[in-house]
Amino acid sequence: MDHTHEHVSSTKRIWIVFAILSVITIVEVIFGILKPASLHMNNFLGMNLLNWLFIILTIVKAYYIVWAFMHMEGEKASLRWSVVSSAVFLIIYLLFILLVEADYIYEVFRTSTIKWNF
Amino acid sequence: MEATTTVTGGEKIWGGGNDPMGASYGKLMMWFFIVSDALTFSGFLAAYGFSRFKFIETWPLADEVFTHFPFLHGVSAPMYYVALMTFILIFSSVTMVLAVDAGHQMKQGKVAFYMFLTIIGGLIFVGSQAWEWKNFIKGEYGAIETKGGSLLQFVDNTGKRVALAEFASTTPQVRVRLERGKGMWFMEEPTLPTYSVQQIQDGFKAHPELLVRTERIFQGTEADLKDKRLQPGLNKIKHKEVLTRSESEGMLNNAHYVVEGANLTRNEYGSKLFANFFFFITGFHGFHVFSGVLINILIFFNVVLGTYQKRGSYEMVEKVGLYWHFVDLVWVFVFTFFYLV
Repeated sequence: MDHTHEHVSSTKRIWIVFAILSVITIVEVIFGILKPASLHMNNFLGMNLLNWLFIILTIVKAYYIVWAFMHMEGEKASLRWSVVSSAVFLIIYLLFILLVEADYIYEVFRTSTIKWNF
Repeated sequence: MEATTTVTGGEKIWGGGNDPMGASYGKLMMWFFIVSDALTFSGFLAAYGFSRFKFIETWPLADEVFTHFPFLHGVSAPMYYVALMTFILIFSSVTMVLAVDAGHQMKQGKVAFYMFLTIIGGLIFVGSQAWEWKNFIKGEYGAIETKGGSLLQFVDNTGKRVALAEFASTTPQVRVRLERGKGMWFMEEPTLPTYSVQQIQDGFKAHPELLVRTERIFQGTEADLKDKRLQPGLNKIKHKEVLTRSESEGMLNNAHYVVEGANLTRNEYGSKLFANFFFFITGFHGFHVFSGVLINILIFFNVVLGTYQKRGSYEMVEKVGLYWHFVDLVWVFVFTFFYLV
């Protein structure tokens, strides 16, 4: 292992990322408490806009944690792709199957005579 | 793609050399573990999403469940506490990455200091989670389970939640808990609720201002607005439905069990699966934090003893850092799907 190249301290970037993550969390909590009707009452693809906002902000947070804290930005592209693409693909696939199925079951219980609450 | 294999030439068949993908063996294995653990957590959260979509009309509303904040008794403070927990965990991630950074510069003292802060942050987080669980298990208002298995909560005529203790009658309770000493040696039952079903029913009759709140979420559709069972004026969109007094009495005649707090069988918040998923997912995450703290402590001692200084590399700190950030990453998702969405 050669340690000839001097590692530059990235303290400044760490604090910037911390600030970004904190601001996003504060924004999430404010929206969670206020629940603006324009977002909360309007749906897109079966989910209200407020929930979409939360999910997008969460993914932004996840990006900063993985890229800056786990130092994914400094890894080789092959490692980045191996980790991120397999996880992202499998998670989306799983969510798609389970949530569509759950919605179907909800409709069956709602429209048929089966008592759903047990 | 830097690390693909090259079959031409003959002398160079594996472009990755000693470190495929440019990551050392240990780091690569940590990434393997993280990907599989991420998929495990996704499986849990997806199962949670499945149950939630299945019972979308009746799922408990998070900001009515998690309303506690230390030293603020009786104040409804939704989300503040979990937000604080999130900050603590993110901050411990920051100290961890600072430790890794100090490791790159071979500053032993700084690495030890930041590792120590990370451990403290982790311990505070696990403690906070224990407090959160305590409140969840203890419950605040109590509820009634009907014979059909649905859950009834109580509100007054302004829509404010009312606890069982505020109206339960003092009719003498006849039922005695069955313990081993009182029956056969193998016969026993869990702790009885504070009030019997009869006491709740009597108390409800004696308090004409009380109404029953069901699990169902009021959607404000045409059918909902025409529904004669619902108390006029108290039903708000995306809030639980409140029944009229006569409907409430009818529902309460089906009462079957008094529910206080939460356990794996039933909980006073609503859907039974809600508490199960809460315990399982936050518990599994808390277990990850706890193991992370233990591993951090081991690495901390190694740092203090100078093991890595002698080795000439703080890669071990980097590897445990990866795990620690991953735990933080999972919490970000748990926070969203249990408390926000």
